[in-house]
Amino acid sequence: MNKSVKKQLITSFLFSMIVYAILYYAMATKMINNYWTGILITAIINVILASSLNLASGFLGQLTLGHAGFMSIGAYVCSLCTLYLGTPFILNLILGSIVAGCVGFLIGIPTLRLKGDYLCIITLAFNEIIRVVLLNIDITNGARGLLVPKETSFTAVFFSALITIYVIYCIVKSRQGRAIVSIREDEIASELAGIPVSYFKTITFAISAFFAGLAGGLYAHYITIITPSVFDYNKSVEILVMVVIGGLGSIKGAIIAAIVMTVLPEYLRAFSEYRMLLYAIVLIVAMIAKEKNLVQTIKIKLNLDKYKSKLGIFKSKKEGVDE
Amino acid sequence: MDFIAQVINGLSTGGMYALVAIGYTMVYGIAKMINFAHGEIIMVGAYFAYFVSSRLGLPAPIAVVFSIVGCAVLGMTIEKVAYKPLRNSGSLAVLITAIGVSYLLQNVFLIIFGSASISFPRFLESGQFEFLSLKISYISLLSLILTFGCTALLMLFVNKTRIGKAMRAVSEDKGAAQLMGINVDNTISITFAIGSGLGAIAGIIYGLSYSLINPYLGTMLGIKAFIAAVLGGIGNIKGAMVGGLIIGIAEALTIAYVSSTFSDAVVFGILIFILLVKPAGLFGKNVRDKV
Repeated sequence: MNKSVKKQLITSFLFSMIVYAILYYAMATKMINNYWTGILITAIINVILASSLNLASGFLGQLTLGHAGFMSIGAYVCSLCTLYLGTPFILNLILGSIVAGCVGFLIGIPTLRLKGDYLCIITLAFNEIIRVVLLNIDITNGARGLLVPKETSFTAVFFSALITIYVIYCIVKSRQGRAIVSIREDEIASELAGIPVSYFKTITFAISAFFAGLAGGLYAHYITIITPSVFDYNKSVEILVMVVIGGLGSIKGAIIAAIVMTVLPEYLRAFSEYRMLLYAIVLIVAMIAKEKNLVQTIKIKLNLDKYKSKLGIFKSKKEGVDE
Repeated sequence: MDFIAQVINGLSTGGMYALVAIGYTMVYGIAKMINFAHGEIIMVGAYFAYFVSSRLGLPAPIAVVFSIVGCAVLGMTIEKVAYKPLRNSGSLAVLITAIGVSYLLQNVFLIIFGSASISFPRFLESGQFEFLSLKISYISLLSLILTFGCTALLMLFVNKTRIGKAMRAVSEDKGAAQLMGINVDNTISITFAIGSGLGAIAGIIYGLSYSLINPYLGTMLGIKAFIAAVLGGIGNIKGAMVGGLIIGIAEALTIAYVSSTFSDAVVFGILIFILLVKPAGLFGKNVRDKV
């Protein structure tokens, strides 16, 4: 790791600590009420999900639509451990993540031979199979779901997210990370350059699943009741949308998009039944209007004068993001 | 006898899947995208027929025609508004847009008609047809006849007509087709119109066989039909029909002999199996990577 990367890491760590302190203080003094605390926690869980999917879809370049499946495995394993083993929460979280990672590995081996739309559909299929299995085995209590104690605190979620982002950042910046990105750019060329493509694909996929499992465990112990229907196709789509809106392969973008896409629907709640309609329109407009990522848009917005000539091009893009 | 009855049962749902799968296959073949909103077109088709028949009180044939034409126009509009601007961008952007369109259609109908299931008008008396002590309902029969009829007509259309030829050319190589003077935009529009029209027929069959419709009916149906299209080899009309029938039979047999809750898992299992063993599908041709 060179000097600039280290410097960047330290500044971002300090920055996140300041954010943590401010938020913690605001919560302790009830400046942020319980409702918004809940949204904040969900947003940070979504940050974990989006960052982990970004590793598989953004950096490795594999479109997957089954992330909620891994999340559900983490959630269920973690909850079952809490209920039946009585082991401490942190251990359960890790166990859940490891199981999710292993499942990701197993699914990854055969699946990742496929590309593009086919991969998308097959991961979707695995997602649905996991859901149906959870629905039909006794220990998960089927459609009635599991009731688990509330263990997830703001601190736990925040530091899990921090660890997730740190690990993903380190992976991406490492030698292996460059191999992963090279697979995204050109699989055949990477293979010819001596990169073990299938090894990297499955490992990256498994790591991505591992963190999805972590998010699942946190989610289960925050929401306190989990049913298989929570982790369906729509949830996977939601996570994928965050990654795409944030810009594939952008760590910052995934974080910002996850927060925006969690908070935005809350504001749309005022329109209650038109909420999903607006969401859909935002999605379509954003996709058509933008080919670049959200971070870039914000950057351009901040330097209005400098980019005045460019603004014309990006006008429609801003509308898509702001709505 | 019971087994054969189940197979026939499966064939009739399979027919419905096949009609939807043909829409997927044509659109995928020509525009190289999964039209995730196709499932919602089926839902819209069912609602159009319901609206014209039950709310406006017009006779069944008008309702059916309105539904088919309405869906064809809707399909073309969606293509023009949402997919055309993205024709040259990555498959992910198109995928998300398609998902956005499917949410949009779902929620528009949710707002207009409410989330509760409503009963579909009975265009067809729910009689049975007896053949060698086998009971086949009229709806099953209709579904099968429509599937085979539409597939045959479509094959003729694609293989014999000028527009069909243009479609095949565009699906083979868009750029080259354009150079040969084919209007690519029009060809893609027509493909969407035909696919959506077939979707409307499938929607009406759905309404007739389940007699209840709701705004969510398209999602699962759409995914299963896509699986049928992949199973048969995407881009292949005959394959889509065979794939649809296989999926229908597999589902019916699972419901009859294993458990109704596992039917979805079996369908997805078939998809996984086929993609791993023969990724190009039953009738698909293998395309080699060019280095």
